[in-house]
Amino acid sequence: MKWKVAVIVRLKEGLNDPEGRVIGKALGNLGYTVENLHVPKYFEFELDSENPEEEVEEMCKKLLANPLIHSWEYRIEPVS
Amino acid sequence: MVKFAVVVFPGTNCDFETEMVIRKAGAEAERVWYTTSLKDFDGVVLPGGFSYADYLRAGAIAARQEIMEEVKEFAHDERPVLGICNGFQILTEAGLLPGALRPNKIPRFLCRWVHLRVNDIETPFTSLYEQGEVIRMPIAHAEGNYYTEDPSKVRVVFQYSDEKGNVTEDANPNGSALNIAAVANEKGNVLGTMPHPERASDRFLGSEDGLRLFRSMVEWAKM
Repeated sequence: MKWKVAVIVRLKEGLNDPEGRVIGKALGNLGYTVENLHVPKYFEFELDSENPEEEVEEMCKKLLANPLIHSWEYRIEPVS
Repeated sequence: MVKFAVVVFPGTNCDFETEMVIRKAGAEAERVWYTTSLKDFDGVVLPGGFSYADYLRAGAIAARQEIMEEVKEFAHDERPVLGICNGFQILTEAGLLPGALRPNKIPRFLCRWVHLRVNDIETPFTSLYEQGEVIRMPIAHAEGNYYTEDPSKVRVVFQYSDEKGNVTEDANPNGSALNIAAVANEKGNVLGTMPHPERASDRFLGSEDGLRLFRSMVEWAKM
């Protein structure tokens, strides 16, 4: 069966995120009051699988994230 | 003597050689930190490097620093503004040049010599070249794939070519539209170039073709 998958991978809370800090500061320069900006990674793809949840979880652990420093969440919907 | 500012952002790394080559071309040059005012200068050069570590998009953060408001005034007042490599990316991000520089067609960092065909000698940066002349300069970038919705509308200054000046698909290192390597604004006083003229300004480095770009710029600023 085919599924539409969306995955977000983000740095675990408390870890230094220089890119997020620099972008947040640049928005500050433009006059916005921004705090705690982060730059998560977003993936979307189609997956042919009988166990989509299990496979997506595996993908995150094996490649899309580094379990040491990242957390992740995903959404899986059948392709209509 | 005319004086150029070489703007240094955190992560800029081609500032010393750019400053040196502007002096060799006959003008005064000074490396200035990006929080410095540009009011004592006759022209601005944004050198290459990796400003702000290429966070978000190459050039995106530098383009939104306060100093760019002054650079916009230079552009508007028809004083010379030159962006090299990351400087070109900053100028497109700031809206001073049309288009965007996307990741190379084959997504890797390219560092090598290329041939360029000079397509427009009416700009302040190219008056000492000949129309259609073939020159050599190095490129060193991962995001040099020039994209714009209608490339026929931009002022194309250099195009990647073979050594005879043929603008071919094979001579296009990064997938740029129309083999575009350098573009100018409508008036010609703002130039962005992915190839590094400052690295081709000494015969011991293999080419002096880039030095004429700086000499053209300096001659024009003196007028």
